[in-house]
Amino acid sequence: MSYLDYKVAQVPTGLRKVFFINWPLVLLITAVCCIGFLMLYSVAGGQIETWAQPQMYRFAVGMVIMLGLAFVPMWFWRGISVSAYVVCFLLLVAVDLFGAIGMGAQRWIDIGPIRVQPSELMKISQVLLLAAYYDWLDLKKVSRPLWVLIPVVLILAPTALVLMQPDLGTSIMLITGGGIVMFAAGVSLWYFAVVIGAGVGMVYAVMQSRGTDWQLLKEYQFRRIDTFLDPTADPLGAGYNIIQSQIALGSGGWSGRGFMQGTQSRLNFLPEKHTDFIFTVLSEEFGFIGAFSLLTLYMLIVGFCLYSALSNRDRFASLITIGISGTFFLYFAINMATVMGLLPAKGSPLPLVSYGGTSLMILMLGFGLVQSAHVHRPR
Amino acid sequence: MKKSQRDIVDSNRGITRRGLLLAGIQIGTVTTLALKMRSMQLDHADEYRMLADGNSIKIRLLPPSRGLILDRTGLIVAGNEQNYRVTLTREEAGGDVEPVLQRLAQLIPISDARMSELRDEFSKRSAITPIVLADRLSWEQFSTIAVNAPSLPGVTPESALSRAYPRAGDLAHVMGYVGPVSDYDLSRIEDPDPVLRLPDFQLGKIGVEGRLEEVLRGKAGARRVEVNSTGREMRQLSRQEGEQGATVQLTVDAQLQNYCAQRLGEESAAAVVMDCHTGELVAICSSPSFDPNKFVRGISTKDYRGLMDHDHRPLADKTVQGVYPPGSTFKLVTLLAGLEAGVINSGSRFFCPGYTELGGRRFHCWSRGGHGSVDAVKSLEESCDVYYYELAQRVGIDRIAIMARKLGIGVKHDLPMSAVSEGIAPDRAWKQARYDQAWQIGDSLNASIGQGYVLASPLQLAVMTARVASGRAIEPQLIRSIDGVRKLPEDFPPLDISEASLKVARAGMDAVMNSARGTARKARIEREEWRMVGKTGTSQVRNITAAERARGVISNDQLPWERRDHALFVCYAPYEAPRYAVSVVVEHGGGGSTVAAPIARDILLFALNGGLPPLDAVPSNQRAAMEERHNAMQLYTPEAPRPGRSRA
Repeated sequence: MSYLDYKVAQVPTGLRKVFFINWPLVLLITAVCCIGFLMLYSVAGGQIETWAQPQMYRFAVGMVIMLGLAFVPMWFWRGISVSAYVVCFLLLVAVDLFGAIGMGAQRWIDIGPIRVQPSELMKISQVLLLAAYYDWLDLKKVSRPLWVLIPVVLILAPTALVLMQPDLGTSIMLITGGGIVMFAAGVSLWYFAVVIGAGVGMVYAVMQSRGTDWQLLKEYQFRRIDTFLDPTADPLGAGYNIIQSQIALGSGGWSGRGFMQGTQSRLNFLPEKHTDFIFTVLSEEFGFIGAFSLLTLYMLIVGFCLYSALSNRDRFASLITIGISGTFFLYFAINMATVMGLLPAKGSPLPLVSYGGTSLMILMLGFGLVQSAHVHRPR
Repeated sequence: MKKSQRDIVDSNRGITRRGLLLAGIQIGTVTTLALKMRSMQLDHADEYRMLADGNSIKIRLLPPSRGLILDRTGLIVAGNEQNYRVTLTREEAGGDVEPVLQRLAQLIPISDARMSELRDEFSKRSAITPIVLADRLSWEQFSTIAVNAPSLPGVTPESALSRAYPRAGDLAHVMGYVGPVSDYDLSRIEDPDPVLRLPDFQLGKIGVEGRLEEVLRGKAGARRVEVNSTGREMRQLSRQEGEQGATVQLTVDAQLQNYCAQRLGEESAAAVVMDCHTGELVAICSSPSFDPNKFVRGISTKDYRGLMDHDHRPLADKTVQGVYPPGSTFKLVTLLAGLEAGVINSGSRFFCPGYTELGGRRFHCWSRGGHGSVDAVKSLEESCDVYYYELAQRVGIDRIAIMARKLGIGVKHDLPMSAVSEGIAPDRAWKQARYDQAWQIGDSLNASIGQGYVLASPLQLAVMTARVASGRAIEPQLIRSIDGVRKLPEDFPPLDISEASLKVARAGMDAVMNSARGTARKARIEREEWRMVGKTGTSQVRNITAAERARGVISNDQLPWERRDHALFVCYAPYEAPRYAVSVVVEHGGGGSTVAAPIARDILLFALNGGLPPLDAVPSNQRAAMEERHNAMQLYTPEAPRPGRSRA
């Protein structure tokens, strides 16, 4: 059901909307963030100023943004979906252009005093546009090749730009995030089977190409894959982080070494312990109980979103909620899998917990949309 | 757009179904994560706890031994030798290194300066980085420390391999040297090998050592050791040997190279010997040289200053890096350009009155009296400048430049050496781009005799000669094989120059050496089967002022060294079936025929003979001088160790 079809009069208005906000979700998000503050306090060696405090300020701002967005009517988001996508796309182009002048991977762009990472914004605006697209599209056409091709192009165009930065991790997130919306919108499973099949084939081809004339990756990239497959083969090089991370994580045991007692993290065996490897610190200090609890909280957040999506009769709102919760899911699943050595090492933050403003703000923005969808659902 | 009620119901059903499917996938993923957590934190917690506690198991890298570099006959020219040394890790010394340093100073001599240097380093580096306290210790010193190890916490006596160049300076410019890894080195490498961060690990800096670093380095091994709470190693748990770097065989013949170095002597000079068919650089020698072993051990400031301040520039590789006006050797290029363009044929003649007048300016021939009527062969034989002035006006600079590049001048040859020069084969476009000036006809005249803007390296001159000799686009080669796998190209494409033109040039070179009036007749080889042909060159490094000209030509000997002419010579032999092409440049040496030609001849003879030149191959009046030279040389006899099990 589209928002055009339901009676706007039945949607709460003004401050009354406060009562219709998905408060359990707000609570869960706050809980996860609090765990984050605790861990940031711990890795800073008991100092609040280093990381925890700035993160708290950001959380406060994020919370205001999320609740503010919850008041914005759903149809507004639909109205801006195309322009939001175009703006993000142009920002990505701009980043690539500046990146050509600068060195290495350039992901940031300065607009006045604000520093934005367009690839992160793209994750949200892509979901918006795809949701709007599938809301507009006649259901019968969803799986027709031409109508599948359009969203595929919409996903691949920004992905290609991000890949040029180069940022492989975010590109994969963009593809998977977009894929989730397409999946939820009901695109035939055959398409997914073909894409996954092709992906597996390509990985096989890349691995086969090693050492031949048509080698598809640089040698150091292959070495990174080697390290992933067997971190002990290169214990002081690229495998170092993963080995140390696994030692720290495993040594947590059932209940952990206790708050601020993690030795691995304390002795600086771990790199980036306040960002990408913060889950390791949590696991070392609070053990399986701590790690599993965080996982459960995350799953509850995803669960509440999914429930909200499935009980929402507005197709656009449903797809947005699924898309955003899916992106959120990818965030923490990838981070956890990385630090446990299930995925090749690459920098990715643990959502809502890792130190860093951009990822937190983007997530809160996303949850703001989820809230808006929840508040303005047809009744 | 209004949708039917049915559509809406379908749509929601679809979303619900897919939503639940998605939830299923997510739950599956999370279950995997949770299971992995369980496996690590519950099932294997004890193992990880042991690894974490005091980090009692440490992984130590075993530096790989660097690949050998051999000469073409298999002699080691860069090897590895045992180096006994001691390192100290601050963390294992209990945080304070001072008492340990004091105790150590009683066992082995450590200067006060070195001591303060060490203290400085300990304060800067991280506590867990081992720092080398002393290296190149004698066996006695080394064992003394090993015996006293219990009173020296954190001190590790170790024996490591370090680079050694048994041929000292002979191949210094070719091979380059290794040195400690600097921060700058690390910053240049994408994803640096962790072994580079080991204390005192050495990295190829320049030359073959630098350019083939990845090949030579090998792969680090690792050992897992158990250490006690003070950091002392208790036992070794496992050991995985590294892989030695690949053995690189050069095309250079160490004996010939040695002869070249000795023959060039104290001159600031370069000699290149190239195989006319395979392009192999059999010798590539820049003089004076330096001892690369000093760089490996850390050269003293005084020695380094000495090398830097030397006016003969020992550190510069004159063979590939140095560029010189090629002088009359460039006439081969101009002649071939003229013949190929059809502007002249071998019989065309120009009259040489001793000068050419152009736009009110006189361009002199080296022979003031002139050469009279000159044809192509005679123009090379007597090196008549006027012939080329006339030719240059007819053929034009652009076609000369094209021919120069065809013969390898003004082209960057791909060699694994440092700072390989491109030289300059100037043309109109080049001058416009470089100086923003139009090309003048006078520029063409200067260029036609290898003066003016033309610049070539000795390597390029050798390439030119080999190409003229073989008629093929020979590219210089320096690496013969890597780990026994041949790296030389099978064949080279023919040069785009007609055989007829090349024959004229070769006949001219023959006349230079073997005809009665040839400019280099004195330096000829008197054995028919080794008949040598060549071309002299003398290039000015100064402008002769009108005042000087009025006073008469000043002989070179009266000028200060740095203003004297460069002496050049290119040659190949045997005439009928070329084997080696040689180029020699003697900086500020004087005349090409008197200085460079005899050197080139001797080197060529050594190459052809596979040993000292036989005296009867040179004109009889030069034999005594040659014998004297041989006696004065301390030639290298190949009794040096050959590669085998031992790593000498």
